[in-house]
Amino acid sequence: MAKLLEVSDFSVRFPSAEPVKSVSFSVDPGEMLAIVGESGSGKSLTALGLMGLLPRQARADGEIRFGGHNLVCLSERKLRRIRGREIAMIFQEPMTSLNPVLTIGDQIIEVLRIHEDLSRRQARARAIALLDLVSIPEAGRRIDEYPHQLSGGMRQRVMIAIAVACNPKLLIADEATTALDVTIQAQVLQLLDNLRVQLNMAVILITHDLGIVAQWADRVVVMYAGRKIEEGFPGDVFEKPYHPYTHGLLSASPRRKADYHYRDGPLSEIPGSIVSAAGEKGCSFRPRCPAARPACSLTVPQLIALPAGRQVACPYVPAIAEVAHVAPVG
Amino acid sequence: MSAYRRIGRTISRTIIQAVPTVLGIVILNFFLLKLAPGDAADVMAAESGSATVETMAALRERFGLDNPILVQLANYLNNLAHFSLGFSPRYGVQVADLIGQRLPGTLVLMLVALAIAIAVGLLLGSLMATFSGRLPDRIISVVSLLFYSIPGFWIGLMLILLFSVKLGWLPSGGDSTIGSRLTGLSALLDRARYMVLPATSLALFYLAIYARLTRASMLEVKSQDFVRTARAKGVSPFVLTTRHVLRNALIPITTMAGMHFGGMLGGAVVVETVYSWPGLGRLAFEAVMARDFSVLLGILLLSSFLVIVANAAVDLLQAWIDPRIGASR
Amino acid sequence: MNSQKLGTLAGQAIEFAPQAKVEGGQPAPQPTKQPRWTHIHAPDVRASVSGTSWRGVRRELKVFLANYNALFGTGILLLVALSALFAPLLYPGDPLEMVARPFLWPGQNSAYPLGTDSMGRDVLAGIVHGARISLTVGLAATALGLTAGIAIGAFAGYFGGLIDGVLVKFIEIFQTIPSFVLLVVLVAIAQPTTATVTVAIAIVSWPTVARLTRAEFRTIREKDYVLAARSLGFGHARIIFHEILPNALPPLIVTSSVMVASAILMESALSFMGLGDPNRVSWGSMIGAGRDVIRTAWYLTALPGLAIVFTVLALNLIGDGLNDALNPRFSEDR
Repeated sequence: MAKLLEVSDFSVRFPSAEPVKSVSFSVDPGEMLAIVGESGSGKSLTALGLMGLLPRQARADGEIRFGGHNLVCLSERKLRRIRGREIAMIFQEPMTSLNPVLTIGDQIIEVLRIHEDLSRRQARARAIALLDLVSIPEAGRRIDEYPHQLSGGMRQRVMIAIAVACNPKLLIADEATTALDVTIQAQVLQLLDNLRVQLNMAVILITHDLGIVAQWADRVVVMYAGRKIEEGFPGDVFEKPYHPYTHGLLSASPRRKADYHYRDGPLSEIPGSIVSAAGEKGCSFRPRCPAARPACSLTVPQLIALPAGRQVACPYVPAIAEVAHVAPVG
Repeated sequence: MSAYRRIGRTISRTIIQAVPTVLGIVILNFFLLKLAPGDAADVMAAESGSATVETMAALRERFGLDNPILVQLANYLNNLAHFSLGFSPRYGVQVADLIGQRLPGTLVLMLVALAIAIAVGLLLGSLMATFSGRLPDRIISVVSLLFYSIPGFWIGLMLILLFSVKLGWLPSGGDSTIGSRLTGLSALLDRARYMVLPATSLALFYLAIYARLTRASMLEVKSQDFVRTARAKGVSPFVLTTRHVLRNALIPITTMAGMHFGGMLGGAVVVETVYSWPGLGRLAFEAVMARDFSVLLGILLLSSFLVIVANAAVDLLQAWIDPRIGASR
Repeated sequence: MNSQKLGTLAGQAIEFAPQAKVEGGQPAPQPTKQPRWTHIHAPDVRASVSGTSWRGVRRELKVFLANYNALFGTGILLLVALSALFAPLLYPGDPLEMVARPFLWPGQNSAYPLGTDSMGRDVLAGIVHGARISLTVGLAATALGLTAGIAIGAFAGYFGGLIDGVLVKFIEIFQTIPSFVLLVVLVAIAQPTTATVTVAIAIVSWPTVARLTRAEFRTIREKDYVLAARSLGFGHARIIFHEILPNALPPLIVTSSVMVASAILMESALSFMGLGDPNRVSWGSMIGAGRDVIRTAWYLTALPGLAIVFTVLALNLIGDGLNDALNPRFSEDR
């Protein structure tokens, strides 16, 4: 199956920092890929980079192959034709992500009329159908309401309606459920999954919530300090995390053990913070890694490919050491 | 909630809030009138030349000037209710008539100046916001700061010097060519020629204010989430700026714009004086020179009312632009 | 910091043993017998002591001094202030005295570098003395206006309720009446002298300050440190002066420089119209006097006007610089 999206050696540079360093991953049509990482890992910038929405001072390098083009080299005009039509994005804050002075109908119709040749009436009918699709009740009436008249969960659904309006092949959800109540979160994720199947749309789910990844993602990419440090199927990664960071992440989660009780012991944590990665010549995780060796500070560890689609950027984990003669990932 | 209902609610709310303010201004006006040196009787006596104690007392009684203060206040309010602002001994006419004659001139001048200030101010401000931090922004910033520092009367004189005295392109005073019997379009153009310099002098200061305001407001709006959403939809830069950024940026701009109407009225006083423009401003100047306080305070009262009306208009405009105002939620 | 105590509901402290076994999966290999925390080299884990050198006013001062525009403005203002201060030394005597032939152009006579006016008075002397009036009126009126405005605004903002309601209406009345028209009326009623002009300008400018102060007080009143002070039993006066007012100052400081600028503009407009102090020379009155001869001796209107423009510009530049220094979120965006 041909890849829908192939990101190779993608980097984002600012005058004083490089928040995304040589990230590579791919997405198959219709699959749900999760990108996991803490604040500062570079996951959001990677997503913005895919859409060409980086801040003015940022410079992007590398390759993003999508639809036969390299998105990094594409002109702004051509990118605009892709945004909203082939690749769509929804963001974290539903309360502020909609224009307060336009009705939600106008905002859905806007994206329809930019990319498709529809009359006002046709666009309006499509918009109502979209609101139905995302399960907003009384769509015919609500289409003329303003964002401030809707709740957070409903606004996020409107955002989703706008995003899928032109049947994009890829939807990027950047922390789309973080600002929602837990019950609403579940509904929105279910909706995203349904749409994924219905519209054969791939979804990149950017999150820091491992529970969401475990439940919904087909594959997971773990990022730390601007690099990808692990990749694989969620079942495998969560069962047997290879990279010490992934290991630490999972240990810190109280849901790790099904019947965890506070008397069983304190939650473990990864000491220190991601700030320690700044200025590290070798592995960025070294200052916090319990398995650090002297060699770790010398070179950045390469990604090593393992069976069943696993990749990990650390050569010292015993399971890898057994198959250490496998060639590193390019 | 339909726009009309929201606007209707805003109107009633505005009127209710305006009543105590109006009352306060009227009472303040009355007391200023009382504080003014000399009263109608003094002026009339001076005009007629006879100033014996008896005639003064008789005059005072006739004008009700010897009544207790509260009775006078009641009379004043009563007169106001009948749209009477008193009598000007110096001009020999009702103050209200005098003001009524001069009001259109000032209104026209102010509206044109406002239009120039808003149009150019919005344009410059948008440019500054678009090129924020780069050279065009810095240059326009300095220029607008300069405009903000120039006194209206001085730039008026300098413009007359340049365009009227040295270049001879535009007239130096008045509002139309005296004695001409032009009609229709040529009359309009004639008047427009006379209006250019005074309107520009008046507009310059406020142009700077609106430009800076627009810049700040647009930068603020540009950094908000919904602009990023719009970009992610593939919206073109022009539509982004007008439909998404500007419409939201206008909300704080209109708020502040309303606050400057009173200032512009004050500016009209000096500009009309410099250009001999027949309006309330020049009337105020003449009244000051002649120490005619009934006219002066009549102008004060009327201009305050104009400010209230302008503020109400701005409130309505905001209710129309921003669907969150006046909503039942 | 080798171990950490965690309280539990059972009330027993549980030691976080250095060799805690990590649940599930294969434990990351650890250098054996080493306490778990020694591999931390993350700098943020160590206590960070921020030097006091960045606290207080030093940072704001640095930002202000780095702003070329603000420095330029300060320079000009100093020039104006110095000439105002030394005016009686540079040009002793009354600047309204006739000293030379009338209508000398600037540069014609080196003794009178800026020429003379229609009555033979030295223009440069007039400008230098006019600086005294402008700065005096500007500063005094601003000081008065600030005092009144802050007092009323603080009262309204702090106490709220009925007092606030009444004061707000009071402020609104003064803000609705066009400032310059009211100013003209006030000065016309009370005969024009420097003192009456100053007081009148103060009366016209206090509402803006009051509004601003009220808004600041209302916001700061709800903050936690004020709540803490109240719960410690501090009296109103102490809270207002010690807790709230110092934190409300930054926007007020910015406003004050703008107020001086507009006070100078108002004073010059009044003198232009003939409502200034008739015994003093002011930039506005010089322009007014030069108006009749603008066709021939236009330098008489241009020069004093330039003095006004530069002074006011300087104050506005300083105001912008103060704004950037004191309100970082409103400064230049990317």
